[in-house]
Amino acid sequence: MRGSKLSRYSGLAVRYLLLIFMGILFVLPFAWLVSSAFKPANQMYVMPPIWIPRPPTLANFVQGWKLLPFGRYLLNTVLVAVVGAAGTVISSALVAYGFARFRSKASGVLFTLLISTMMLPMQVTLLPTYQLFSVFGWIDSFKPLLVPQFFAVGAFFVFLLRQFFRTIPRELDEAARIDGCNSFRIFRSIMLPLCRPALITVAVFSLVNNWNDFLTQLIYLNSENNYTIAIGLQFFSSKYGPQQINLLMAVSLLTLLPLLAVFFLAQRYFVQGIASSGIKG
Amino acid sequence: MSSVATIQTARSKVARRSTESRREARNFWIYVSPWIFGFLTFVLGPMIYSLYLSLTDSPLGSLGDFVGVANYVEVFGDDLFHIAVRNTAYYAVVSVPLQLVLAFFLATLLNKRIPAIGVFRTIFYLPSVIAGISTVLLWSWIFNANYGLVNYLLSLVGIDGPNWLSDERYAIPAIIIMSLHGVGGAMLIFLAALQDVPSELYESAQLDGAGRAQQLFRITLPMVSPTIFFNLILGIIGALQVFTQPYIFGQLNQNLGRNRGMYVYVQYLFDAGFRYYRAGYGSAIAWILFAFTLVISLIIMRTSNSWVYYSDGGRD
Repeated sequence: MRGSKLSRYSGLAVRYLLLIFMGILFVLPFAWLVSSAFKPANQMYVMPPIWIPRPPTLANFVQGWKLLPFGRYLLNTVLVAVVGAAGTVISSALVAYGFARFRSKASGVLFTLLISTMMLPMQVTLLPTYQLFSVFGWIDSFKPLLVPQFFAVGAFFVFLLRQFFRTIPRELDEAARIDGCNSFRIFRSIMLPLCRPALITVAVFSLVNNWNDFLTQLIYLNSENNYTIAIGLQFFSSKYGPQQINLLMAVSLLTLLPLLAVFFLAQRYFVQGIASSGIKG
Repeated sequence: MSSVATIQTARSKVARRSTESRREARNFWIYVSPWIFGFLTFVLGPMIYSLYLSLTDSPLGSLGDFVGVANYVEVFGDDLFHIAVRNTAYYAVVSVPLQLVLAFFLATLLNKRIPAIGVFRTIFYLPSVIAGISTVLLWSWIFNANYGLVNYLLSLVGIDGPNWLSDERYAIPAIIIMSLHGVGGAMLIFLAALQDVPSELYESAQLDGAGRAQQLFRITLPMVSPTIFFNLILGIIGALQVFTQPYIFGQLNQNLGRNRGMYVYVQYLFDAGFRYYRAGYGSAIAWILFAFTLVISLIIMRTSNSWVYYSDGGRD
C-alpha cells in the first residue's frame, strides 16, 4: 500500500511525542519535590525557580527529621500498614474461598450485599463506629484502624480473590478431598499456594491504602506518641509549614521512600490487580 | 432387578447430594462468617445506629435525647451545607469527566507494544499509588501563588496565575488539577479493557474503509463502555468523598481565614462530629451523603442500559 510505511512511522512519532509530553507533565511535580527538598531556604522563594540547588544541601533532611519524632511516626505507620494488610489478606482469603467454592441458599444475596458495600462511602459509618469504639475504650489506639481489617470489610479485596479462586479447577479440590483432605486443608495447601500472585496483590494494595489513609487516622490518633507519618506530616505543616517548606518537602520525600520501594518491588502485582478489578468475569 | 438397582443408586445419589449440599452450606457459613460479623458490626449495625443517632441530639461519645427530624431541618437550613454541597458537586461534575477522558487518552497512548512503553506506564501510574499526605503537601507548595510551579509554568506562556489556594474561585479548580495527577488507576483499568477488544474488529473496519474517528466511536468506545461505566461510578463516589486535599490546603491557609471556596461535604461532616462534637447532627449529614450517593448511583445505572454495551449479552 502506498505510503503506509511512512504513515506508520509518523504515527509512532506522534505517539512518542505525546507520551513524552504527558510524561513530563506527570514527572514535574516530583521533580519539584526533589528540587525543593535539597534547596537552602534562600533559594526557595525566587522566580524563575532554581531547579538544581546551588549547591544541593542535605541539611533540610537532617533538620526536618529532628523537629518532630518522625522515626516514631514511621514505626507506627509501618505497624498499622503491615498488621492491617495481614488482617485484610487472611480474612479476605477465607471469605473469598467461602464465596468461590461453597453454595448455600443465601450465597447469592450475600454476595450482592458484599459488592454493594463497595459503593458505600465510609464516611457514612464514621460517627457511629467512633461511638462504638469509644465504648470499647479504643480511642487513641491503633485498634480502630486494625481490628475491622481482620473481618474482611474491604469488599473489593474479597471480590478480587474470589474471582481468582474461581479460576482454579475444581478437580483439584475433588482429588484432594478423595485423598482425605478437609476443606481447610484444601484452602491452605491448594488454593493459597496457587493464588500467591493475587494474595500479594491484595497485600500491597491494602498496605498502600493503610499508608495513605488520612481521615481515620486523624480521627482516632490523638496523642503524639501514636501519630503516623500522615498525621505527623499534617502536624508538622500546621506547626512549621508555611515558613519552612523546604524542610517539609525534605521530610515528605523521605517518608515517600518506603512506599516507592514497595511500589517498585511489587509493581507487577499492582498492575495485575488493577487490570483484573474491571468488570470482566 | 436392574431397575431396583437403578432406583437404589438413584436414591443414594439423592441422599448423597443432600448431605453434600448440607455440608457445602455449612462450609459456606463457616468461611464467610468473618465478613458476616464484620458487615454487621462495622457496616450495617453502624448504619442503622447512625440513622437513630441522626434523630437525637447526641454529643460525640455518648447518647442524647430524641429530637425527631430537627437535625435534618437544621442541616437543610444551614448556609454551610449549601456551600459544601455546591463545592462538592462542582468538584465531582468537572473532575470526574476530565479524569475519565485523561485516563482513557493515556490508556490509548499506552495500548501499543513499543519500546519503553513500560516506563511511561510507570510514570503515569505511580502518582496514584503514592497519594498520601506528602503528595497533598507537595501540591500545596506547587500551587503557591508567588513561587509555585503552576504559576511559574503559566508565566512562561504569559498568564498571570491566580492565588490558587486562598482565592475562593480557584480553590476547587486547584483540587481538580491535582486529581488529574492521580488517574493512574482508572488508566490501567481502561488499558486492560482496550487490550481485550478483539483486533479483528479493527481489521475488518479498516477493510471497510472506516477512519480513525469512526473506529473510535463505532468500535473502541462501545467495546469499553462497561469500563467507562465502572470508572464513572467509582469516580463519582470517590469525588463525593473528597476531603484530604481541601482539609490540608485549608489548614495551610489559616491566616487567610476559612476559604469557603474549598469547603466540601466531608469537611462539613467532619466539623460537625469532630470540631463541634455533635454526633447526632453529624449523623444526619452522613445519611444525606448516603442518600445522595444512592440516588446518583441509581440514576447512572438506569441510564446505563442505553449506553453500556455488553458483548456477551449481559453480565456474568
